[in-house]
Amino acid sequence: MENNPIIRRLRPADFEPLSAQASAPMLVRPSRSYWQDAWGRLKSNKRALVSLYLIIGLLLFTFVGPLVWRVDPALQDIDQISIAPGADRSAIVVDPFVAWDGVSIDEGYQGDSGLSLTGNPTTQSVKLRWNAMPSASGYRVYRNNYPTQNLAALGLPLLQINNTRQMFYEDRLDLRPQTYYYSIAALNESGQLTGEYESVEADVVRVITVNEVRARNLSDNPDALQQGDQVRLSFHPLGTDYLGRDMLSRLMAGARVSLFIGLLAPLFFVAAGVLYGATSGFVGGRVDALMMRFADFVVALPFLLFMILFQVVFGIGPGESGIVPMLIALIILSWPATARLVRGQILQIREEAYVSAARLLGASQNYLILRHMIPNTLGVILVTLTFAVPAAIFTEAFLSFIGMGVAPPTASWGSMCNEGLKTMLTHPHELIFPAAMISITVLAFNLLGDGLRDALDAKMRSTE
Amino acid sequence: MFWYTIKRLLQGVLTVWFIATATFIGMHNVPGDPLSGERATNATIRANLEARYGLDRPVTEQYFIYMGNMLRGDFGISYTQQNREVNDIIREHFPVSATLGILAVLFAALGGILFGALTALFRNRLPDYIIMFLVIFGISVPSFVLAALSQLSLVNMNSALGFSLLPVAGWGTVSHMLLPALVLGLGTMAYMTRLMRSSMLEVMSSDYIRTAKAKGLSPTRIFSRHQLRNAVLPVITVLGPAIAAITTGGFVVELVFAIPGLGRYFVQAVQQLDYTVIMGTTVFYGAFLVFMVILVDLVYGWIDPRVRLQ
Repeated sequence: MENNPIIRRLRPADFEPLSAQASAPMLVRPSRSYWQDAWGRLKSNKRALVSLYLIIGLLLFTFVGPLVWRVDPALQDIDQISIAPGADRSAIVVDPFVAWDGVSIDEGYQGDSGLSLTGNPTTQSVKLRWNAMPSASGYRVYRNNYPTQNLAALGLPLLQINNTRQMFYEDRLDLRPQTYYYSIAALNESGQLTGEYESVEADVVRVITVNEVRARNLSDNPDALQQGDQVRLSFHPLGTDYLGRDMLSRLMAGARVSLFIGLLAPLFFVAAGVLYGATSGFVGGRVDALMMRFADFVVALPFLLFMILFQVVFGIGPGESGIVPMLIALIILSWPATARLVRGQILQIREEAYVSAARLLGASQNYLILRHMIPNTLGVILVTLTFAVPAAIFTEAFLSFIGMGVAPPTASWGSMCNEGLKTMLTHPHELIFPAAMISITVLAFNLLGDGLRDALDAKMRSTE
Repeated sequence: MFWYTIKRLLQGVLTVWFIATATFIGMHNVPGDPLSGERATNATIRANLEARYGLDRPVTEQYFIYMGNMLRGDFGISYTQQNREVNDIIREHFPVSATLGILAVLFAALGGILFGALTALFRNRLPDYIIMFLVIFGISVPSFVLAALSQLSLVNMNSALGFSLLPVAGWGTVSHMLLPALVLGLGTMAYMTRLMRSSMLEVMSSDYIRTAKAKGLSPTRIFSRHQLRNAVLPVITVLGPAIAAITTGGFVVELVFAIPGLGRYFVQAVQQLDYTVIMGTTVFYGAFLVFMVILVDLVYGWIDPRVRLQ
């Protein structure tokens, strides 16, 4: 026994009691509450953090944006219709329009260039003149956006002349700064094409009169402007839509609608669901069964179909935007999912050991609710709320897209997509911007929801 | 199982009855009436028409007439299209929507199971990251945005190639169906991929897989006989909501791709306030969706014996 090294090393001092301080367990790290812990987890989730920044950016875009970019979303810039972002916006100052008297037949002959332009082609007018064609007893003028290749594709007929005396034409129809291809085709006595035609290319330049410059406040000193000076039309960073409205300010106005519906509707229906579910879970028994049967019933209703029906029934009167009926319909149809969830949580927590322990220690019902029930369901409710936001935004966009949501002229991303669809082939920016806004917003809230779920609730954590 | 089936079917009938009643009440409260249009200007003609359609009767009586007609499967006559019965519209255009929908559900289910299994097998490796990245996009981009943008890129692709790879819009051949069905099914596919992935991961770490490995079964046999079959079960449960999502998503996809389906007719009827068509198609769609969800639940109970015990 004396050979045991440990026993041999023992001193009497080893049997002295330790001081109380030394025996206290050391805390390695500071204690963290549930919410601090959750926030830490959320912060370490890169995707959730990116989505959080996206949402902050979106909020700034919606609420600070209109203060910086003060353009009326309903204002039409008729000089710049369906303008792509970054398009040239210079215009040359010209005199006010004076009708063209044309050319006489004698003056009309000018060598062998069949159809020619007189003066510079501008957005004010394009002046055409042509030589007599041997087979013609009348003419028809065409305009095309693409080079003319054969008689069957001359473009939009602008004018038919049933004699050979007039051999000029002044086009003023909706001219844009682009290249047009004008054609003149010979007609026989019965007004049929003879097969003879001439074409000419016209590069139309955007022009503006001094009065228009003054009216649109485009120059600091409109009186000093002379013919041929260049002015710059108003700036549209994201271009304009098919009515010449500024895309950026419309996207901001649409963001307001989307966020209004997307944040308020979930807030209300989650609150209603929590109240309903908690009551049902607490009361229990026959009342619970009845209340849940009703909730099941509402869940079984086809959601989007009823949203459409609601919108039809409420109707949108003149001057109304239709946002409030949509909000009400969303709340009426969406609460049961939250109610079921909260009831399940309450029933589960009620049976937990720590609740029994608290009850055994004499905790009152109110204490149980405040101390155990609410904190333990709050995480689930928060996650539901976050996932409800993109769903509500999607519903608004969907309804507006099919024309059953927000009424014009109120801008909404969904209705902007629908309008953009019509001009998609020629001006894709009108579709792509609102579509991108919807997708990014829904994406950001979905990612945040994922992150919150992982951070708040260990049981719901996705397996990754 | 028998009583469960009966109970679910009764619930379904009750839901459809509620949908029909709500539609009726809703349509009755819409301002204006069906005869206020240009058709009946003369007071006598108007009275005759009202008598013919029972519009001069009390609302309760009208309700019973409406429900009686609906029970006989008669949804009435369109207000805006001449000589068209709602039944004709449904009979003519629902098969188109159904074809598109079945194709989309097939795409979604097969794609979801395939990609979900792939991501689970390649967990935390490149294929997993790529597919899950696309899945987040699939969930976030609404079907109408996807439809419009895919149509736009198809137009650009066709013109770049110089020949038509796929038709841009319309209906008729299989090539017309491919892109719309894919667009329609993509959101659901993304959702199912996610579900399949987590369910695969759960199955892969379960005891019976370890047993199978210990028995010396080949990896392919474990995968096909044990993992896949067990992991697919939860995916089946979302088929019901998936069918609902694909049906309503069909409204806009049909609109964008100019497909003559019932969804496009429904949206047009809503826009033109064609009341009988709205009522008829709403009840039809409602009944369809409610019974589809019930059918999927019953099938699930039949496949998974654990559910039957409840």
